[in-house]
Amino acid sequence: MSVKQLSKKTVLYSTHLSLNARMDTVGGFIMPIQYSGIIKEHNATRQSVSIFDTCHLGKIRISGENACTDLEHILTCSVDSLAVGQCRYGFMCNEQGGMIDDLIIYRIAENKFILVVNSSEQHTDFEWVRKHSSENTAITDISDITAKIDLQGPKSPPVLNKLLDESITDLPYFHFTYRYYRNTKLLISRTGFTGELGFEIFCPHDIARSLWKACVNSGVTPAGLECRNTLRLEMGYPLYGHEIDDTHNPVETGYSCAIARDKTFIGSDHIPDEIVVPTKLVGITLSGIQTARHGDGILSEDKKNIGTVTSGSYSPSLEKAIALGYVRKEFSRPGTEIIISAHKKKMKASVSELPFYKEASGRKKLSDFL
Amino acid sequence: MTPEDRKYTESHEWVKTEGGHAVVGITDHAQDALGDITFVELPETGTPVTRGGECCVVESVKAASDIYAPLSGTIAEVNTALTDAPELINSSPYDTGWIFKIKDIDESELDSLMDAQAYESFLEHNE
Repeated sequence: MSVKQLSKKTVLYSTHLSLNARMDTVGGFIMPIQYSGIIKEHNATRQSVSIFDTCHLGKIRISGENACTDLEHILTCSVDSLAVGQCRYGFMCNEQGGMIDDLIIYRIAENKFILVVNSSEQHTDFEWVRKHSSENTAITDISDITAKIDLQGPKSPPVLNKLLDESITDLPYFHFTYRYYRNTKLLISRTGFTGELGFEIFCPHDIARSLWKACVNSGVTPAGLECRNTLRLEMGYPLYGHEIDDTHNPVETGYSCAIARDKTFIGSDHIPDEIVVPTKLVGITLSGIQTARHGDGILSEDKKNIGTVTSGSYSPSLEKAIALGYVRKEFSRPGTEIIISAHKKKMKASVSELPFYKEASGRKKLSDFL
Repeated sequence: MTPEDRKYTESHEWVKTEGGHAVVGITDHAQDALGDITFVELPETGTPVTRGGECCVVESVKAASDIYAPLSGTIAEVNTALTDAPELINSSPYDTGWIFKIKDIDESELDSLMDAQAYESFLEHNE
């Protein structure tokens, strides 16, 4: 039996086939990786609006009077300071401070939360949360009953508003709200993995196809997971399996904002202070068009081993080759000249500031895009 | 459609003889599978190549792929237009998107390569 036969399908599978998407297995699911081409889909997201099937991501609901306390212990980010209607980026670490996964936590009610986690790790995460939660905390895997569609790009607000019972005119970054589409309640959050202003829409399965088609019929470009990767890379966002793994701790990623220092959590004893951390995730710009790839070595100018590339691609927005990699901290200053040691050749590169792409609309005021 | 005036390899290169030289490129299937091509590392003129040996790299947004010489010989000419416009391979894989030419070839090596029909049937059975 082939892997493909063992892979799961999202509720939008037949929709992708009817749009002639190229499909491949991602995180245990057969997902659309490309429709019209990575560069076209990428540019549509940066300049206009595109739509992604992200139903494959894991969704775990946690509720009960101890839910907040339990999650404070399990996650690196602050949980209790979240307002209802707010969401936050964080990590789940093992006892040694290594990253099990990165995630977004949503506070649905005072004692009710949803974690959105990576598809390949959803069962590990679920078991980990269950193992470390109180007996009276209810933990439910809602992945299979909740569809998720991401509408991303500066032109996403008017497209979305046309479909809703009531327009969204004022929703801050990393906050969520509820609206109705054809009498079905949607949870809509101002988040995404592209850097652009956009929404992640959570809905019941039975409405997902209709919502997808309504967006596409409004002129939205269907986009595959390969361009989601080039978009996130241009923003310097870490990705599970590349930058996120249990051999690195959250401080090394540079996302110190996702680590609450005023509490203890699983692994916190082993998570060093930013000042003493020996390695750091950095942006890398290559001098040519040829890209670095995951696993390539990083050398100092005097050819000493200083790190490893974790992701690399051609950047459609910047029209040059960019990468992310972990390097020894003394080489992490932007502008530092380095060498990428690929399988067959060495390439000149330099450490870059993140994000690579600085024009993204993601954090801008929603009302300016209506 | 797969052009019938040339031969094909299992690694998706095409080769067409033209005035004693062999012109080489990648097939429409290969360019489609690679997606948007962003960079071609062309071989140097005068480099000897061996049939089946790696001789150049084509990179797309998502991956880097080695191109293998379909015949033995010497690199006679490279398509320098690809340096500034690697996307020619996507838009015209069988024509302006050619990659290099080989001289000093042994035309009998062509016999073991697939014709258009055999290549199409190869794709059908291997996809």
